[in-house]
Amino acid sequence: MQLSCPVPTNDYEQITLGHGGGGTLTNKLLQEGVFTILSNELLDVHHDGAIIQMDGPAAFTTDSFVITPIFFPGGDIGELAVNGTVNDLAMCGAIPEFLSLSFIIEEGMLMQDFWKVLYSIKSACNQANVKIVTGDTKVVEKGKGDQIFINTTGVGKLHPKAQINLSRVEAGDLVIVSDVVASHGISIMSVREGLEFETDILSDTRPMNHMVIDLLEIYGSTIRLLKDPTRGGLASVLNEIARDTRLGISLDEKKIPIADQVKGACEILGLDPLYVANEGIFITIVAAKDAEEIVADLNKNEFGKHAAIIGEVTKEHPQKVVMKSGIGGKRVVNMLVGEQLPRIC
Amino acid sequence: MKYVNEYRDEGLAQDYLEKIKSVVTQPWNIMEVCGGQTHSLVKNGLIDLLPEQVNMIHGPGCPVCVTPIHLIDKAINLAENEGVILCSYGDMLRVPGSKRNLLDAKANGADIRILYSPLEAVSIAQSNPEKEVVFFAVGFETTAPANAMSVIQAKEIGVDNYSVLTSHVLVPPAMEAIMNDDKSNIHGFLAAGHVCTIMGISEYEPLVKKYKIPIVVTGFEPVDLLQGIFMTIVQLERGMYELQNQYSRVVKKGGNPKAITMVEKVFDITNRVWRGIGSIPDSGFEVSAEYERFNANKKFDIQLDEAEEHKSCIAGQVLKGIKKPHECPEFGKKCNPEFPLGAPMVSSEGACAAYYHFNHVEESLTQ
Repeated sequence: MQLSCPVPTNDYEQITLGHGGGGTLTNKLLQEGVFTILSNELLDVHHDGAIIQMDGPAAFTTDSFVITPIFFPGGDIGELAVNGTVNDLAMCGAIPEFLSLSFIIEEGMLMQDFWKVLYSIKSACNQANVKIVTGDTKVVEKGKGDQIFINTTGVGKLHPKAQINLSRVEAGDLVIVSDVVASHGISIMSVREGLEFETDILSDTRPMNHMVIDLLEIYGSTIRLLKDPTRGGLASVLNEIARDTRLGISLDEKKIPIADQVKGACEILGLDPLYVANEGIFITIVAAKDAEEIVADLNKNEFGKHAAIIGEVTKEHPQKVVMKSGIGGKRVVNMLVGEQLPRIC
Repeated sequence: MKYVNEYRDEGLAQDYLEKIKSVVTQPWNIMEVCGGQTHSLVKNGLIDLLPEQVNMIHGPGCPVCVTPIHLIDKAINLAENEGVILCSYGDMLRVPGSKRNLLDAKANGADIRILYSPLEAVSIAQSNPEKEVVFFAVGFETTAPANAMSVIQAKEIGVDNYSVLTSHVLVPPAMEAIMNDDKSNIHGFLAAGHVCTIMGISEYEPLVKKYKIPIVVTGFEPVDLLQGIFMTIVQLERGMYELQNQYSRVVKKGGNPKAITMVEKVFDITNRVWRGIGSIPDSGFEVSAEYERFNANKKFDIQLDEAEEHKSCIAGQVLKGIKKPHECPEFGKKCNPEFPLGAPMVSSEGACAAYYHFNHVEESLTQ
């Protein structure tokens, strides 16, 4: 992304162990960089922790981000770290408000890259309307990290109309996916060493909280469940739902939205798009009566243009996800085993 | 997507299914040779849709499945050498060796890289002159040209720290070994489209004549497979045996002459051990004397104990089509994709892994 502010002046070109030592270098990094860039009334207090006001039920979640490379088509680790936690809160039916931010930086990371990540975090916070209110910075020796690892933890009040709960999922409910699948995983793969290929597929990393809150406002309890299919992809999340509800899920392959380029890349790489990671889509299970209207509303949103009903919750084949293939056959879609490994031919 | 969507068309697929039903009058055992075809049959749910008389038998055409266990051990041993970077195709990493697999070795600190192209391994060798870079060159005739090209390129640009650990296998000798096995009972073959794209189709003519068996060179999309099955059954029902080419949009009679030239330059034909099956004469490629310094088998002196397969694994019988995966007592129990006892449970192209999924459909839908 473009830097929207000037990079802070700093004598060091690289992060050194001293930047995590707690002394003057750490202070300089925080004062000149982190606090200035992420400034807000709670962070500006510079206390050991943030004092926040929370009334009523709230959601609380945490996530760590380790990704190679840290800058990838369509985003970077900073943006991902904010959006990931924001989206997890949104999946609980909460309105994300406050985030913590912890860095584990590998000695030698370029200072320029660190600032880029930080500005990206700021921009993602603005887009999601959340504040970083506390955090931590540690530096590990060269070779003991992978440039930078980020942990974010988030809290947010539950939306008053939210009733997101696995126990509310019933046979006959419909399964909706909010946009095209598999873009994030394929974009990352396209820039990994040894697997590079030319494409303009971008990661779908983005905050989904505004779109989810709009849905909850209108449809409330009709929305039974929200899940974001990150690692393990659509298949793994749907398997978790089937397992935990003890119901079956039938999918229709033809209805699963996937961009042609992503489909092509999956064909070439021998990957199944159902198992490829996403960062900016969600699955929702909804009461059948409102499903079409929900899809129509999602389609009006820039992050939900390709939202579609892709399947149904059923009493048949309990705890299993079964998909009708494009030519009318059926197959079980299992949970991902280990890591999806590219095939030989 | 052109050349994909039309071959996944539901209407066309249904038409071919109807045609198959209208011509088939008795049971036929048809072996799809290639693991890619097995994968497609299962992924698209085709096995369920075919009439009962059509019994698809899954062949040995999964390179992951037939790479001998001692070569996996050798690859692991090389990877554990601190001076070596081992490069491999992805799905080789989970294949069990005699004690562990390449993923375990990677977790223990071995430098193992997953690549799509051996040419990338040559670049890695160029940028790591202090290391030996070994590419684990497995596969059928399909992957041989790219592996050959990597060796030619390494020689041309003088990259001496590059070598290939080859486990190349050839399809026609394996088909012959299956036909010679008294226990196998195959009536027709779907030959592997991609292998024929490289090698052409003429080497299958002698098989057709010798064994009086129809062979149809077939593609991988559902409509390809159904058309290939239909062409085979028409021949069987009429008492014919011919070599036919369903995949003519890709496969030319003479194959890809440039690729063949490269393969012949770098590789010699040799006897090869197939995992689970045993030694088959003239069924593999080994790096020729001219390129010997790029042959990891010669470059590194690795002495390993004799490796043994897991006692309860019946992979050999499965790969020859004598037994179906679910007839194995450990199928889906001790042996599953997460903890495979044998190689066919590893790759999605392996018959056991494919059946693992397929059987679950049957169970689910009858519950």
